Amino acid sequence: MDPTDIARWQFAITTVYHFLFVPITIGLSAVIAGYEIAWLRTGNERWLRLTKFLGKLFLINFAIGVVTGIVQEFQFGMNWSDYSRFVGDVFGAPLAVEGLLAFFLESTFLGLWIFGWDRLPAKLHAACIVLVHVGTLFSSYFILAANSWMQHPVGYEYNPTTGRAEMNDFAAVMFNKVQLVTFPHVVLSAYMTGAAFVVGVALWHLRRARTDADRALYRPAVRTGAWIVLVAALGIVVSGDVQGKIMTEVQPMKMAAAEGLYETEAPADFSVFQLGTLDGDEETFSVKVPGLLSFLATGTPNGEVEGINELRERYQEEYGADPGAAYYSPGDYTPVIPLTYWTFRLMIGLGMAGAAIAVWVLWATRAGRTPQGRAVLAAAVGLPLLPLLANTSGWIFTEMGRQPWAVFGLMTTEHAVSPGLTTAEAWISLLTLTAVYGVLAVVEVRLMLTWIRRGADELPPEVPDDAGDDRPLAFAY
Amino acid sequence: MELTTVWFSLIAVLWIGYFTLEGFDFGVGMLLPVLARDDTERRVMINTIGPVWDGNEVWLLVAGGATFAAFPEWYATLFSGFYLPLLLILVALIVRGLAFEYRAKRDDDRWRRRWDLAIIVGSFVPALLWGVAFANILRGVPIDADLEYAGGFFELLNPYALLGGLTTLGLFVTHGALFVALKTDGEIRHRARGLALPAVGVTAVLAVAFLAWTQQQTGTVGSAVAFVAAALALVGAGLAARAAREGWAFLGTFVTIALAVAGLFLALFPDVMPTTLAGGTSLTTTNAAATSYTLGIMTVVAVVFTPLVLAYQAWTYWVFRKRIAVHHIPAAPAPATAR
Ligand code: HDD
Ligand code: HEM
Ligand code: HEM
Repeated sequence: MDPTDIARWQFAITTVYHFLFVPITIGLSAVIAGYEIAWLRTGNERWLRLTKFLGKLFLINFAIGVVTGIVQEFQFGMNWSDYSRFVGDVFGAPLAVEGLLAFFLESTFLGLWIFGWDRLPAKLHAACIVLVHVGTLFSSYFILAANSWMQHPVGYEYNPTTGRAEMNDFAAVMFNKVQLVTFPHVVLSAYMTGAAFVVGVALWHLRRARTDADRALYRPAVRTGAWIVLVAALGIVVSGDVQGKIMTEVQPMKMAAAEGLYETEAPADFSVFQLGTLDGDEETFSVKVPGLLSFLATGTPNGEVEGINELRERYQEEYGADPGAAYYSPGDYTPVIPLTYWTFRLMIGLGMAGAAIAVWVLWATRAGRTPQGRAVLAAAVGLPLLPLLANTSGWIFTEMGRQPWAVFGLMTTEHAVSPGLTTAEAWISLLTLTAVYGVLAVVEVRLMLTWIRRGADELPPEVPDDAGDDRPLAFAY
Repeated sequence: MELTTVWFSLIAVLWIGYFTLEGFDFGVGMLLPVLARDDTERRVMINTIGPVWDGNEVWLLVAGGATFAAFPEWYATLFSGFYLPLLLILVALIVRGLAFEYRAKRDDDRWRRRWDLAIIVGSFVPALLWGVAFANILRGVPIDADLEYAGGFFELLNPYALLGGLTTLGLFVTHGALFVALKTDGEIRHRARGLALPAVGVTAVLAVAFLAWTQQQTGTVGSAVAFVAAALALVGAGLAARAAREGWAFLGTFVTIALAVAGLFLALFPDVMPTTLAGGTSLTTTNAAATSYTLGIMTVVAVVFTPLVLAYQAWTYWVFRKRIAVHHIPAAPAPATAR
């Protein structure tokens, strides 16, 4: 493999890994903020116990989200220096604003929240976790604006003297139409993921609960969580549908690749699954929903969807022969079709399976019922994993479907890599980070499981106020 | 003032924020085996920085992001050029950040000892390497006409750069010792104060040598003033430490680091990364900069939000202003083993 391949593997591995923790951070901080506010409003201690319990799990997840994010911030410069030179004028701004607006907010107020239980008045304390959540939303907004610009560059002008893209309209970059649908899609996916995590954990405890008190503690968590999963899933479908149309408009090849559609069709069907090589040569066995692809792409059941073969010719006319054709993919301007085809289906399928489980959970816990048996265990384990994997699939689809472009229409991935990067350096970096991440994954999962099993603690006894400065800390590392 | 100069200054401010703040938490991490005698004492030390270390680290992320936005060429050349040292720093920051969060999450001595090691090494490596990196920026590195770094890894390990690394190491150890003296009570506080004095002495020698060497190479009047003031602040820190005025002593190293970094940036200006190659091109605030449109937007954002950030970070330090002692540490509520 040459440095470009290695750098791509590194980017894919580190980003997908980062994004396993990101959606949990976003979603869980929202749920925890909700529970702490519920405690303030109702005074019911079970919300406080859930807040503290989930708070511990949140920290285990957040820590690894932070440290993997640091790598993201620097690897653009390390592995993708030509890309950084080319887009820095446009792309650096959202990244810098993200740090200033989001990361400071998240980290500072999380510190206050963790250590501040006995130092801050209750309302201020709850405000801290709300601000942490606001920080995660800012963070998502700005980083996704940066990513959306790579999907659909706007608000810039190419300067032939400096050889780079230069920003001339910041608002256009911030309110890119791709960004306006990507942000809700991704954030709702994060809510779904965070809430699914809560349902999984609480359901597992509900099944094991031996006392009414325990059941009264975990049942509300199961049910609120499952409702959030459902509502978010609905929003995801709506935003995903809009996204499909915008994507067809700005990157028609990605939509064709999502279906493996070689010839232009009107109406175009959507295959639920397909057996075969997906190379367009032979008719293969497939299960189709008539007209669905047309609907996804154009909004009408018999609209025309362009095929890969025609788009390839159109792209060649527009952009010249694919500079990276030999490098990336089966043919000119064509992403790896089996990958885009399956990741698109996995995203939708796994996510919808998660939503279905949430419906079942709501049904099974209705009117004070406590479901038993293996099915509950399967739901508790499966529900948190499904949206997580759907997220990963969505990103792999989005990013691989854009190939061979790093910045659509402007810069290919091949030209984005650091020219001075040696194969040895790239390998050292890839292997080091992958090894570190691998070890951390084991450590993280075991720690998380241990603390999940432990369950929500009883509340500590009230400390008398006259203990003054000699009180032990409410929380300590 | 030109926008590029404004942004050069702002980036200097971000690095000053990073080194003055994360400097002491690196110091606390490195001194873990020196100042603490048992696990509870180690926890006392770690909890002095518990609520703030992550916020301190964000100064680095913003410095990185701001460099990307304001001087993309600098970001690209620096980060792809200093590849392996940066990778080391990244790995160090990863294990160190996790260690704070994870070490108390299991009641198991081997587990805690491993994370302690991660804190110590993870603090030591960046404390040393940031100095090496900055010294190399000032000294100049081989950059070709395409603005690409044309050197190797071992060129970065020259005597001047190593002296720079030892200087930041010394400064951060001292800064950390004084922070522990300021934020703890009981025996650790005395040990920290006792250590701070010799640390100031050693650091003063290193810092004077490094700053004088820098001044002689690329210094300006401005950098000379900053360096002399930095040295005086360090002496002041030593005197205050001897008089057991811990607050003043900590302020002393704070100001020392701030002025030393300011001086380095003054000595660098208007270059951002000079070349040592005959046919190469130096990166300057002009040829590395983003357009004035981008810089203008970023200026507005920075002017509005930096004071806000400073205000709430300062408030955090106020909220957690109390000293911590052994009796404040609750029993670790951690499960014995992970099954
Ligand atoms: C949709 C949301 C999203 C996406 C696409 C990304 N991140 Fe992220 N990132 C977050 C959402 C987030 C977060 C929710 O804000 C995190 C997760 C855990 C955390 O602590 O904050 C975070 C943490 C985080 C941190 C550490 C912040 C700290 O110390 O507090 C950095 C430096 C980055 N990210 C940088 C990046 C870069 C350069 C990305 C692009 C390749 C990226 N992230 C993708
Ligand atoms: C966190 C969610 C994200 C995930 C999971 C993700 C995943 C991926 C994947 C799988 C690739 C393809 C790798 C390959 O083709 O070999 C890729 C490419 C890329 N992505 Fe993303 N991405 C994410 C967000 C972003 C964001 C927010 C940005 C920019 C700010 C970005 C910038 C890039 C770049 C520069 C490439 C080209 C390098 C390459 O092809 O590997 N990505 N990403
Ligand atoms: C009917 C359901 C869904 C539809 C129609 C849909 C549609 C889409 C489309 C068209 C894209 C690509 C956008 C682009 O590249 O321009 C996308 C990306 C993505 N999807 Fe979905 N999606 C659905 C369900 C889900 C679910 C359930 C999840 C996760 C829980 C999810 C998470 C993602 C993520 C993380 C991305 C990548 C980021 C982005 O470009 O928005 N999607 N989705």
